[in-house]
Amino acid sequence: MPEINTLAEAERVMTFCNACRYCEGFCAVFPAMELRRTFAEADLNYLANLCHNCRDCYYACQYAPPHEFALNIPKTFTELRLETYQKLCWPRSMAGVYRSNGLVVSWITIISVLIVSLLTLLFSGPAKVFSTHLGEKAFYTLIPYAAIVPLALILVGLMITGSLIMAYNFWHVTGGKLAQIANLQANRTALMDALRLKYLTGGGYGCNYPGEQFSMARRWLHHFVFYGLMLCFVSTAVAAIYEHFFHHSAPYPFLSWPVILGTTGGVALLIGTSGLFYLKLRMDTIPSSSHVMGMDVSFLALLFLTSLTGLLLMMFRETSAMGTLLMVHLGFVVAFFITMPYGKFIHAIYRYASLLKNAIEQKI
Amino acid sequence: MGIALIDTLNSDRKWDVLVIGGGNAALCAAMTARKAGAIVLLLECAPKHFRGGNSRHTRNLRYMHESANNYLTGPYFEDEFMEDLMRVTDGQTNEALARFTIHQSKNIGEWMSNHGCMFQPAMRGTLHLSRTNAFFLGGGKALINSYYAMADKLGVTILYDAEVLGMEIRHGKFYSATVVSKDVSHRLQAKSVVVASGGFQANLEWLKTYWGDAADNFIIRGTPYDKGTMLQVLLDNGAKPVADPRQCHAIAVDARAPAFDGGIVTRLDSIPFGIVVNKNAKRFYDEGENFWPKRYAIWGRLIAQQPDQIAYSIIDSKSIRLFMPSVFKPIKANSIRELAQRLNIIPAVLEKTVSAFNTSIHHGRFDPLELDSCYTENLTPPKSHWARPIDSPPFFGYSLSPGITFTYMGVAINEKAQIVMEDGTLAPNIFVAGEIMSGNILGQGYLAGLGMTIGTVFGRVAGREAAQYARN
Ligand SMILES: Cc1cc2nc3c(=O)[nH]c(=O)nc-3n(C[C@H](O)[C@H](O)[C@H](O)COP(=O)(O)OP(=O)(O)OC[C@H]3O[C@@H](n4cnc5c(N)ncnc54)[C@H](O)[C@@H]3O)c2cc1C
Ligand code: SF4
Ligand code: SF4
Repeated sequence: MPEINTLAEAERVMTFCNACRYCEGFCAVFPAMELRRTFAEADLNYLANLCHNCRDCYYACQYAPPHEFALNIPKTFTELRLETYQKLCWPRSMAGVYRSNGLVVSWITIISVLIVSLLTLLFSGPAKVFSTHLGEKAFYTLIPYAAIVPLALILVGLMITGSLIMAYNFWHVTGGKLAQIANLQANRTALMDALRLKYLTGGGYGCNYPGEQFSMARRWLHHFVFYGLMLCFVSTAVAAIYEHFFHHSAPYPFLSWPVILGTTGGVALLIGTSGLFYLKLRMDTIPSSSHVMGMDVSFLALLFLTSLTGLLLMMFRETSAMGTLLMVHLGFVVAFFITMPYGKFIHAIYRYASLLKNAIEQKI
Repeated sequence: MGIALIDTLNSDRKWDVLVIGGGNAALCAAMTARKAGAIVLLLECAPKHFRGGNSRHTRNLRYMHESANNYLTGPYFEDEFMEDLMRVTDGQTNEALARFTIHQSKNIGEWMSNHGCMFQPAMRGTLHLSRTNAFFLGGGKALINSYYAMADKLGVTILYDAEVLGMEIRHGKFYSATVVSKDVSHRLQAKSVVVASGGFQANLEWLKTYWGDAADNFIIRGTPYDKGTMLQVLLDNGAKPVADPRQCHAIAVDARAPAFDGGIVTRLDSIPFGIVVNKNAKRFYDEGENFWPKRYAIWGRLIAQQPDQIAYSIIDSKSIRLFMPSVFKPIKANSIRELAQRLNIIPAVLEKTVSAFNTSIHHGRFDPLELDSCYTENLTPPKSHWARPIDSPPFFGYSLSPGITFTYMGVAINEKAQIVMEDGTLAPNIFVAGEIMSGNILGQGYLAGLGMTIGTVFGRVAGREAAQYARN
């Protein structure tokens, strides 16, 4: 069976919705659609990435399958997003990684954990790795600070460069002007929309997820993941400041800022990722696309394992398991940063760009 | 068949209240009866995916309210509501029942919210009705989904794929209903019944008795399940009919629309901005007689009276962006001749019609939001407003068919939603709600959002009365 052209299908769906507009209260997609009469590729790429996949418009649609019009926006837009991810990818040659993303992310993770572990064992020797180390700089006796810093800088640098270039690609293909990016007011609106996950509130009642009932569960769990991740980043940044400016090295005491922030973040991530995974197991598959299952699940799994190993490392850092946990955790962290722009995380970049474009064109 | 289903269909079991239908009126009745303590079975002939009748295609309802709220921008008092109703029906209404409906509709949005309805604040697409009509967030299907969830939670037993084919009625009293579920026929007994099975617009054979073969070219905008079987049964058992059986709410829809269930998206709003011709390429009615919201509902009937029940809306590039975007792309051409060829109407005649129209125009100030001063002179039929020459290519054409929204004929009732028989007596335990009785209030004409109002008001009344009868 030939693949139906996702772009043509998205255009068809939007043409129906624009003649109907019953769903305009759910999210930003419909009011944005109403500003248009025809839907070119640029419009559709934008609308698809503005969609938060709350599924409210699927259950509310009198034309959802098995109706002969068979409108399925969440599914269509999910597939179109996947196409935009590939189209806008930098470097171009990496575009394929979004396709069998689950496999790619899994392999990168496995290889990353193996390499970090091998290098650690090679340079520090098994005896050192499998024994107990106490006190300040305990971690660095196994993996030298001088190795971690450049590695971190390179990884973060690559991640930011990749994300920025792709964000620029998105802005460009959806017809945005560079100067508009600096629009402060629009950025404020977009930021608030993103931080509150306004468009997962479905006009005040939540998502139709995992099934037909309205629920805020997904929104809350996403908050756990997002703010959990933020706390972990802040924890790392604070630790870097301690290290760099105060020459006060990890591991830090349990009642220090890096540990408190990191632990809270890590626990939030565990709750958020496992909750989202649980919902995914129970979700109605008709408004979903099987093409992104691997991408979604591998991202959740990687986040979950990174947090879990981080927390275990914190708990068992004064035992002989520390060395093993450190290698494995670091392996996961490295894999996480490498795959960030080439997996599910990229949705955050395009979503923000879409929210910004939306704020500009609706002049909120 | 599951245990639960066998128990539900058990012919020895006697329900308090049977509700026949699965749209807005039926759900309001079922929830109300259940809350009043009755054991209720709701029978919906559609499968679950298509549940909700025409109600799943709706968007808003109108109700009396004395102050603004989160989703209504200002008050809508009884007198204004009544005036609106009298105007559109031209007096074809039971005034006492009409006033009763308006009274009972007061603040009905609160009741709806308490039963799961979600409303949305006024937005771009809803502004012109934002004071009088409350819009359902996500439209009628979302409303219906919430109602089904609530009915289920309240303990109403719900059966899909359950078509009621007959009712055992003796001397105006209901005893049982025959329902076909999964190809097996069952007889279900109940103390009282609420019939909320909609109009008969999906029954083309029935429509043909009034319209002849013309009905073959009708498009039914809503559910294919509203065949009027229950209406026929009630009439056969001596219920008194109301409203003209030929009357139906009919608008112009794109001729490419599916035969049933195309809903809101197939309508076309291009008519006031161009001309409309029939298959002989001749105009037949004033396209700019009044504002479109006041006139759109006459065009179904107008087209139904044309040969082969087909017409063509012709506009030029000046007007293509002036109306709600259409779901089907217009036929496009660079000359009137080519357009006629592509629409399959006689080119020479269309050219003549267009040029006669163009040359008769009095050029005023064009304003789509006003009854403007662009009209034709010495042209029959005239075009009274928004007449601009059709001369800027590309030209666009849409083929139009009559799209039937609902029929008007129903059964006569009193303020307890009880059926009035031909001989003036009342059926003791048969209550009706929704489209099947809206002819009492809307004898003709239409007021946007009133269908759902009538269904909600009388659904609640019927549910309450049926439960009360069952418990005594
Ligand atoms: C496209 C469209 C848009 C509309 N928009 C609006 C609007 O915005 N506002 C408004 O007020 N009105 C609107 N209307 C009119 C509105 O749909 C009706 O007035 C209203 O839905 C009637 O409700 P009801 O419950 O009586 O009938 P329906 O909702 O049609 O329900 C009838 C039910 O009975 C079931 N049924 C029929 N026969 C049987 C049987 N023999 N056995 C078992 N079940 C049976 C059907 O399956 C159906 O579930 C619109 C109509 C259409 C077609
Ligand atoms: S999803 Fe369906 S109900 Fe919602 S706007 Fe589109 S066509 Fe209308
Ligand atoms: S799935 Fe949700 S966010 Fe996406 S278009 Fe539909 S209602 Fe909007």
